[in-house]
Amino acid sequence: MALIDDSRNLPGMAGEARVEDYLALLKPSVMQLVVFTAIVGLIVAPGGINPVIAVIAIACIAIGAGASGALNMWYDADIDAIMSRTQNRPIPAGRMPREHALVFGMVLSGFSVALLGLATNWVAAGLLAFTIFFYVVIYTMWLKRSTPQNIVIGGAAGAFPPVVGWAAVTGTVSFEAVVLFLIIFLWTPPHFWALALYKQSDYGAAGVPMMPNVVGEASTKLQIFIYTLILAAAAMLPTWFGFAGWVYTSVAVITGASFVLLAWRLLRTREDVAMRRSARTLFNYSLSYLFIVFFAFMTDHLLTRFGGFGA
Amino acid sequence: MSAPDEIRSVEAESPEVAAARAKIRRRRSIALGIVLALFALTFYALTIVKMGPALFDRSL
Repeated sequence: MALIDDSRNLPGMAGEARVEDYLALLKPSVMQLVVFTAIVGLIVAPGGINPVIAVIAIACIAIGAGASGALNMWYDADIDAIMSRTQNRPIPAGRMPREHALVFGMVLSGFSVALLGLATNWVAAGLLAFTIFFYVVIYTMWLKRSTPQNIVIGGAAGAFPPVVGWAAVTGTVSFEAVVLFLIIFLWTPPHFWALALYKQSDYGAAGVPMMPNVVGEASTKLQIFIYTLILAAAAMLPTWFGFAGWVYTSVAVITGASFVLLAWRLLRTREDVAMRRSARTLFNYSLSYLFIVFFAFMTDHLLTRFGGFGA
Repeated sequence: MSAPDEIRSVEAESPEVAAARAKIRRRRSIALGIVLALFALTFYALTIVKMGPALFDRSL
């Protein structure tokens, strides 16, 4: 038995999409963060939810996020073919016709929104529908190719999942959910600009106006630092408004200070290779940061609710 | 593509390609079957949870 299946390289296999190609359209790596933040929103929301309905709600949010990814790959197939990071996606690699991604994304979008509405409530379903619309139409079709502020405004799409999770339980959106939204919204620019700093030739070749390509590295590094400062301050809002205890506060202070320190180090680095290394470090750290902060928020909440710890 | 072209392209397909294509399609069909089964299971579970014991509580 061959250890490596190389049948996709056979001549005449173009356009014959595999199951793995359909899964790749869903952007599983992005979905992890969406699912995790949605779970946190759902758990920390006041009130209860049936565990079966909770699982269905999270699945709907995951499928909705995956549908957005498929529609993004349908629309962006031309620039995906240029960038090294995205060249091997199913459409630019020639394993799937573009129209398949469009139909797949549309069907999953409709299905996820309808099922979420039936399982929980139509506020949550409406928010999920708006998130998909925002990511596909506002970000992918409009902002991404037209302004260096693309991921600042487009970041809202990635910030909605905890709000959808919260709304699935409560049927409404309150201040706590908005704070969770704000943390992800402010986290997005330093996260993506760090990536853009060490992948700027890719974005430049594809004609995507990412911040480093438009205003230069120095200005981008400064903006990363400023956003990181605002993010670290915004992460303290749950403490200031009394809906997080010492567990969350300790974690938010330490991780926020580390984030600011790494952004400061990037700001001070001039030499090209060192700057790229520093940007990559910041990008990787930013991924861990969001997971840790949200995990701490959830843990703090559970300890307060069930263990008598916390505030 | 005209009809004779289509026939030629089918004829030109090697046994390896035909076998690989059939394998991929079979895997896609199985995956679709699993998704449909999960879909039915989800709606069944949702119905039971939403309606609860009242589902079986109806006058004859």
